[in-house]
Amino acid sequence: MSEILWELQTDRIVSDLKAGKRLDNRGLNDYRKIEISHDVSENADGCARVKLGKTDVIAGVKFVPGEPYPDMPDEGSISVGVELLALASPDFESGPPRENSIELSRVVDRGVRESKSIDFKKLCIKEGELVWIGFVDLYVLNYDGNLFDACSIAAVAALKKARFPKLDGKKIVKGEYSSEIKLSKIPIMTTFYKVGSSIVMDANLVEEKASNARLSISCSDDKTMCAMQKGGNGSFTPEEVSKCVELALEKSKELRKLL
Amino acid sequence: MKEEENVYVNKHGKRIDNRGIDEIREIKITIGVIPEASGSAYLEWGQNKIYAAVYGPNEFVPKHSSDPLRAQVKFNYRMASFSVPDRKNPKPGRREIEISKVLGEALERTIFLERFPGTQIEVETHIVDSNAGSRVAALTAASVALADAGIPMRSLISACGVGKAGGHLIVDLNKHEEDAPDAVDIPLAVMANSNEVVLLQMDGLISKEEFNEVMQKGLTACQQVYEKQKAVLKEKFLDAEKEVPSKEDLSEEKNDLNGNSKPEAPEAMDSMQGGDLL
Repeated sequence: MSEILWELQTDRIVSDLKAGKRLDNRGLNDYRKIEISHDVSENADGCARVKLGKTDVIAGVKFVPGEPYPDMPDEGSISVGVELLALASPDFESGPPRENSIELSRVVDRGVRESKSIDFKKLCIKEGELVWIGFVDLYVLNYDGNLFDACSIAAVAALKKARFPKLDGKKIVKGEYSSEIKLSKIPIMTTFYKVGSSIVMDANLVEEKASNARLSISCSDDKTMCAMQKGGNGSFTPEEVSKCVELALEKSKELRKLL
Repeated sequence: MKEEENVYVNKHGKRIDNRGIDEIREIKITIGVIPEASGSAYLEWGQNKIYAAVYGPNEFVPKHSSDPLRAQVKFNYRMASFSVPDRKNPKPGRREIEISKVLGEALERTIFLERFPGTQIEVETHIVDSNAGSRVAALTAASVALADAGIPMRSLISACGVGKAGGHLIVDLNKHEEDAPDAVDIPLAVMANSNEVVLLQMDGLISKEEFNEVMQKGLTACQQVYEKQKAVLKEKFLDAEKEVPSKEDLSEEKNDLNGNSKPEAPEAMDSMQGGDLL
């Protein structure tokens, strides 16, 4: 849709939200329907597909044996990458990752990593020599807003199902698995979009386009936050931040039940 | 890790570098260090050393990506290869790209972008030495450089890191504290005259109560940073007033918190029509 039409829609969305009304009749803190499935790829060591309304994301995990970092000889690691496929939206172009996908990848990565739900020491195969590196790669299939939460749920859902490949020396035995990865916690990211002076959760595409600021909060459990990221060229008052923190912890309890 | 190293705040309330829990490291700012730039600043914040330069507003390149309604900020946060303990690959990494994005967005909130349609304002920051908190230092320096360039802003942006180490909520973490096993790092930036949060990131485990408490510390710290920025700008521009009469240099900064004032043909527009754009 062209720029000008977005600007016109924005006015309508802002005034509706002031009256507490969303285009699809959801409450300000309601999520769209979330569907999680796992039959994405048989070659993946763990995978998931998440539909958040019409936003559609797939995630796959591949474990690769590699050398540990010299300063952490007994720890493996994970790496999260999100690709905004050109097939998912007229806004996305093919080519090397741009700043939007880099930010998204890094924020999803931090949400999982900082929750300490994966014990990196358990990814160690042989201290100082061989560790597992878990690549969590996400692909956006359809973009209808709120990729942050959709990707975060997909990454965690895929990791939860992930299994370590069986090893013969330093080589992977194809198609055979040794054990499952254990997540000690289920990190949940909730993202708030500020549209005009209103704040909504799980923005769809039009709401996201109308918004000028975003705040993602990851919660590792019912009482603890583990990561945050503000984006967009708008701002939040300290009171709004505090309110979002409260809501994030509350909402994460609800979303955690889905995983 | 050695045991004695894990005391982050001793019984006298002092940290490893002898600061109190609410104390920020020493900040020194110099304005106008890069003569070629429209505005510039050099900032030392503890061990962090940063050059910031502003170019523009100039015609946006590539032209087809320009915004016909407003200016766009192109922010660059870069680290010198020797600015960290291990040599950094000089090619900008994903971390630098992400930081550049969020810092640029923070500045866009404060600049009156709609006064310079179709233009770009380039903000370049280069870290030459670092010790935790380089992104907030870069943003603080960039804000001063923008003021030096005469770019009209709703407020200066003042930034500071806050967080947690060894169970203590502290302000302006250094590298040692940032590496604590329970470290929480929260880079924070506000529009100094309204306390609107324009930059907020976090990593590490923290409860709601602790977060709210440390945010208050952060807001106070940002005001301290603001005082330093203001002092150095006043020093420069009050002197300039003596040399060049009838400049209303800093008046923009105090104006219109709400951002709804009518622009009275800012000087930069005039100069653009005469030169830069044509």
